[in-house]
Amino acid sequence: MRTTKESADNGVNVEALLGAREALTQSPEAAQFVWRARNEWVRGTHSRSTVEGFFGLGAEQRHKTTFGYEADHPELFASEDNGATPVELVLAGLASCLTAGIAAVAQHRKIQLHAVTATLEGAMDIQGILGIDGDVRNGFSGITVHYRIEADASPEEIEALVAQSQKRSAVFDIITNPTNVTVAVN
Amino acid sequence: MRTTVVIIGAGHAGLAMSHSLAEHSIDHVVIERGTVAHSWRTERWDSLRLLTPNWMSRLPGAPLTVGDPDGFRTMPETVAFIERYAAAIGAPVHTDTTVLSVRPRGDGYLVTTTQGTWQCQAVVVATGACNLPSLPPFATRVPAGVTSLTPRDYRNPSQLAPGGVLVVGAAASGIQIAEEIQRSGRPVTLSVGEHVRVPRRYRGRDITWWMDRVGVFDESYTEVDSVERVRGVASLQLIGSPEHRDLDLNALTGLGVRLVGRLAGISGGRAQCSGSLPNLVRMADLKMNRLLARIDAWASSHLAGDEIEPPHSIEPTRVDASPPLAVDLTSGEIRTVIWATGYRPDHSWLDVPVFDRKGRIRHDGGVAAAPGLYLIGMPFLRRRRSSLIDGAASDARDLSTHLASYLADPAAAGPAAPLLGAA
Ligand SMILES: Cc1cc2nc3c(=O)[nH]c(=O)nc-3n(C[C@H](O)[C@H](O)[C@H](O)COP(=O)(O)OP(=O)(O)OC[C@H]3O[C@@H](n4cnc5c(N)ncnc54)[C@H](O)[C@@H]3O)c2cc1C
Repeated sequence: MRTTKESADNGVNVEALLGAREALTQSPEAAQFVWRARNEWVRGTHSRSTVEGFFGLGAEQRHKTTFGYEADHPELFASEDNGATPVELVLAGLASCLTAGIAAVAQHRKIQLHAVTATLEGAMDIQGILGIDGDVRNGFSGITVHYRIEADASPEEIEALVAQSQKRSAVFDIITNPTNVTVAVN
Repeated sequence: MRTTVVIIGAGHAGLAMSHSLAEHSIDHVVIERGTVAHSWRTERWDSLRLLTPNWMSRLPGAPLTVGDPDGFRTMPETVAFIERYAAAIGAPVHTDTTVLSVRPRGDGYLVTTTQGTWQCQAVVVATGACNLPSLPPFATRVPAGVTSLTPRDYRNPSQLAPGGVLVVGAAASGIQIAEEIQRSGRPVTLSVGEHVRVPRRYRGRDITWWMDRVGVFDESYTEVDSVERVRGVASLQLIGSPEHRDLDLNALTGLGVRLVGRLAGISGGRAQCSGSLPNLVRMADLKMNRLLARIDAWASSHLAGDEIEPPHSIEPTRVDASPPLAVDLTSGEIRTVIWATGYRPDHSWLDVPVFDRKGRIRHDGGVAAAPGLYLIGMPFLRRRRSSLIDGAASDARDLSTHLASYLADPAAAGPAAPLLGAA
């Protein structure tokens, strides 16, 4: 059922991506990016994050607009539920990263996508964050991602898309590998 | 002393180049720090056999008898084979001569060795792709009390303390060493990064027979998506054994080896493992199945049904639902870490500005980015086969032709000389 179309259009400009890859291979300094977020406490467990500027290609860059994200905790934690929990935002970040990768890889492989849906589950024993049991970690004990993909491709080709997307994903790497985190005050 | 070309290294690649230059009647010497096949004599573990069958070492100019064409040479047999080749082609090898430096001089090079200097017009670097182990930066953080080894210093399990062993890397070296250590009674934890899974035999033939016939080994460096990527791909998960057995991750877990993800760091005495193992094994299975499908497609149009066995599927790689994310190196459970994380060449003696930002010689299919400088015996130098003994014949043929035209007219064949017929 290999039905590769010569003109798949998933809305990804692969030529531009490949051009950027080529240019950055020549000048690795330009590949040094810094991503930023700002966060402000609102009240209770409610806080608001904004993203606007970042650094890349040797200069300060700016999103088209400032994006904002509310985060809070649900009412069963005695919170007001003004937004997603931070761990749900992590799941959203993982899904967005993998899905973007799937679209880009599909475009590169000339595979037309029709629908891509991911459902994610992060299992967590909250005895960790509540400090009930020191042997239980705070974070997820595991994450499962389930993709439903309709595309003009065989099941193996679709699986290969999803596999390649994990291989190239920043958030997948951030979650599966340790990262040094330095938190300073003032 | 003067000569036209200095070949550095008397492994099979330098020797094949010697034969090809002789065919062009180009005067040359082969400089070798030890004796012929020095790497195979001194840098390999005791039980190692080639993973390529005997027929797959077709060196140019001397059709040597190979014994059982489907067998796999031991190290002494490999050394003897390369020695016989050197003798058969009458290669002008200067043994026990180490090259200390190569620098441009006049319109050629000055080669300084422990036995005097050579002035020449061209140099062929054939010093091998695996001179040094390639370790991740955090390898230095193994806690005191745990011994670190590389496949270069590993000889056999009896050299290791009793107790657990962490083998890092699941390419050919890592899986072979992991197997024999596990069988020696030392429990092995194997850290698995990106790897290339293939079955030893498929449809009644050796996998290398198929890859040879189907044309996989002939893929040119000019045809691949990213030459940098393919040059870094791990070796095939294979072992050469008299019984032609499979050695994949399933075989290892069957023996009791514990699999963990790619090592991401060592912190506070704990080796941290990536959570990407399920994806890596799935990717390797998908790639293997694509290769087998390509073989099936080729077979159905090139072979009669009775020449081969019917297609069969291969069991997917089994991994635990939640493999461990850390290995404690301080509990006493792990006594040894073996870094089977790959090899790199040592070109530190080459005093010519040809290196890229990662310290690799810049070259176009073996024609280095300095006039009259050539490179042979490196992974995917000109084609996939270049990584193997069997690849030296075609690479030496191509590069000696280029070298001959360079000598005839150095101005015409500059650094960016176009390459000759690829595959
Ligand atoms: C563990 C292992 C298993 C392998 N198994 C297989 C296999 O099954 N089948 C296969 O086809 N390939 C195999 N290979 C790959 C390949 O054949 C080897 O990398 C091979 O050794 C490369 O051949 P070569 O002639 O380029 O280098 P080498 O055989 O390494 O020869 C280089 C020579 O250069 C000499 N030298 C180095 N530096 C200097 C210097 N400064 N001055 C003078 N002399 C110098 C060395 O002493 C050596 O003799 C294996 C490699 C390894 C490491």
